[in-house]
Amino acid sequence: MSGVMAADMSPVLIVGATSDIGLALAHEYAKRGAALILAARQPDRLQADLLDLQTRYGVSARSVDLDLLDPDSRTRFLDGLTVVPGTVISVAGLLGEQERSQGDAALAEAVMTTNYVAPVLILSAVANRMQEKGAGTIIGVSSVAGDRGRASNYLYGSAKAGFSAFLSGLRARMRAHGIHVLTVKPGFVDTRMTSGMKLPPVLTASPAQVAREIVRAHLGRRSVIYTLGRWRWIMLPIRLLPEPLFMRLKF
Amino acid sequence: MMLSGWGNYPRVDCTVTRPRDVAELMGAIGRNPTLIARGAGRSYGDAALNRAATLVTTRLNRIAAFDPASGVVSCEAGTTLDELIEVFLPRGWFPWVTPGTRFVTVGGAIASDVHGKNHHLDGTFGRHLLSIDLALADGSVVRCSDNENPDLFAATQGGMGLTGVILRATFRLRPVETDLVVQHTTRTRDLAQTFSALEDASDATYSVAWIDCLARGANLGRGVVYRGEHAALGDLPPAREGRAYEDAPRRSRTLPLSPPSFALNRYSMGALNAAYYGRAKAGRNLVSYQTFFYPLDALLHWNRIYGRQGFVQHQCVLPLVSCDEALRELLTMIAARGTGSFLAVLKLCGEAARGPLSFPMRGYTLALDFQANAGNFSLLTELDEVVAAHGGRFYLAKDARGGARLLRDGYPRLEEFSRTRDRYDPRRRFRSVQSERLGL
Ligand SMILES: Cc1cc2nc3c(=O)[nH]c(=O)nc-3n(C[C@H](O)[C@H](O)[C@H](O)COP(=O)(O)OP(=O)(O)OC[C@H]3O[C@@H](n4cnc5c(N)ncnc54)[C@H](O)[C@@H]3O)c2cc1C
Ligand SMILES: NC(=O)c1ccc[n+]([C@@H]2O[C@H](COP(=O)([O-])OP(=O)(O)OC[C@H]3O[C@@H](n4cnc5c(N)ncnc54)[C@H](OP(=O)(O)O)[C@@H]3O)[C@@H](O)[C@H]2O)c1
Repeated sequence: MSGVMAADMSPVLIVGATSDIGLALAHEYAKRGAALILAARQPDRLQADLLDLQTRYGVSARSVDLDLLDPDSRTRFLDGLTVVPGTVISVAGLLGEQERSQGDAALAEAVMTTNYVAPVLILSAVANRMQEKGAGTIIGVSSVAGDRGRASNYLYGSAKAGFSAFLSGLRARMRAHGIHVLTVKPGFVDTRMTSGMKLPPVLTASPAQVAREIVRAHLGRRSVIYTLGRWRWIMLPIRLLPEPLFMRLKF
Repeated sequence: MMLSGWGNYPRVDCTVTRPRDVAELMGAIGRNPTLIARGAGRSYGDAALNRAATLVTTRLNRIAAFDPASGVVSCEAGTTLDELIEVFLPRGWFPWVTPGTRFVTVGGAIASDVHGKNHHLDGTFGRHLLSIDLALADGSVVRCSDNENPDLFAATQGGMGLTGVILRATFRLRPVETDLVVQHTTRTRDLAQTFSALEDASDATYSVAWIDCLARGANLGRGVVYRGEHAALGDLPPAREGRAYEDAPRRSRTLPLSPPSFALNRYSMGALNAAYYGRAKAGRNLVSYQTFFYPLDALLHWNRIYGRQGFVQHQCVLPLVSCDEALRELLTMIAARGTGSFLAVLKLCGEAARGPLSFPMRGYTLALDFQANAGNFSLLTELDEVVAAHGGRFYLAKDARGGARLLRDGYPRLEEFSRTRDRYDPRRRFRSVQSERLGL
């Protein structure tokens, strides 16, 4: 199992590596011998983590600059990406505050760009290169929030819904090229994004848990996973509920 | 949230933050008028508790550098010995000094200047420490070593977090050829035999005695003495040839939360003690490093067997001149009451370290657990008097109930420690429930 990634020397590219889930993924892949490219804005913040990953696991790890909100930065990033990664993971996201983003177009746009526009553009570009090479794995971290638009976070949710739909279409297209596309739908995760929120422990995963489940799904070539797994069964009725009923729900 | 040390006594309502990196930690230091650092919470009492701000450092666990030629490692202070062993034992390196659990942080190991079964030869954790980066009360960060800020460097070793927050540390690891330990077990019939077995073992790298503290009369102080050496390549059993470092099975079993309160009376404890004493196989054995160094880690959260009220550990060290008499007195009192734990550890210590509040000194250290209740507390107060009368001292990392006088009597360099704090933290921003209780 560890051989899968160690044998393939192409690196794992993580977009949004400063996130708690992104960092946990970096450890999980490095543990299996994978080289890492960590993309983030102000990548110097990752210096201590890079040294840690290198000394702990003896892998090569570097960081690159990428601000998803800045089209020039995205272009520079893609131009600078000279190797085709073996695996690309998009884990960046922006929750925003629903109430603020309702009236603040700039914030609304940032939420849409961070969760949908930019990840789609970047994964598309990498997918094309993988297609040429005929190998690769593409992992998108979406959210259960994308399964149905709720009053409390529908802007974020709609962008995640778009991202999930993108990943599903990409999967269908890439199938013939042997490229695996994995959609990850976390429920609650105990991270910076949710710090200060009261989360029910039985429905809340740790970043390390999410990372382990992602790697397992990668190796098992799964298409869509929920983390924790029980979120699949929570979301099923929520997805099926008729709209007249759903719109009355207060959550 | 309600927080406590390993003994679950006392439980105190503390505001807890868990910074994810040094920048966040520095922010928290700046924001809070008083605070204390907390590592893995393996100290027994109230040393790592501050009601207003307890800063948990376990997410500061990045390893910054390792030199495979010298075994020198640099890491953030929240890195645990468990993590270091996982990373470096397969490369042939082990901590120079380790306490009886590997789930402690480097910061906690420095702040308590911990000792292991090799103290008589290799000293405390601080002996192998080259430098630290310390965040001070004025918001600055200073490098401390033998050459830079040597007063702070010394005071922080054993300083229980009261000089500042350790951010990073650089220290030596010990080269080992395998992950096994050659263990020699000797059974003793009384205290005199236990002493002489430990003193005979003083050329062994590791030595420790387990004492049956319920044995009385002629059997007082009987026990089992363990000696250990890191196994060399040539000691590997045939089945392990060519595999010096095995991936040992890792996680341990966990005790359920709040089990039905155990009946820890003299009969059940006596049965436990007898079982241990009867089980120890005399002679030479090849054992895993976990079995040798961390027998208790096999059962995560074993501290829960003491139930809700929690427990305290009494650990003292007695100077060589008076230890025979003092230990006899202590063991007699403990045996008479019969409420002590099955875990009574006796160890011969070497030279005292440079830290003014560092615990070990030349002599014998005795440690055992007691359920936290009024009856035991009155016994413990009596034990304290015996320790004080014989020029001994108690260990701050285990303490939950000692008093200011006991501290003054036991630590003659207390003044020096206070002067260093006057210089760097005159307003005593770094403080814990323990330091307030002890007037430290
Ligand atoms: C089963 C068991 C066996 C043990 N055996 C031994 C033994 O053999 N020898 C021995 O010496 N000890 C032993 N101990 C005690 C233990 O080694 C010490 O209490 C150690 O300090 C615990 O480390 P920690 O990371 O859990 O620190 P905590 O318990 O969280 O904190 C302990 C002290 O260190 C300070 N501290 C923690 N991190 C920092 C930091 N970054 N900067 C500044 N101060 C900090 C805290 O303020 C506090 O005063 C044992 C404990 C257990 C539970
Ligand atoms: N936490 C949950 O409960 C939960 C639930 C479902 C889904 N998710 C998803 O999980 C993923 C990881 O989130 P998290 O919980 O770990 O939260 P997080 O720590 O807030 O992670 C968000 C990440 O996105 C990055 N990012 C945001 N805007 C960016 C930009 N303009 N350019 C580059 N990077 C940018 C952040 O980088 P900076 O450090 O630069 O801000 C950070 O690394 C997200 O996609 C999130 O939507 C989380």
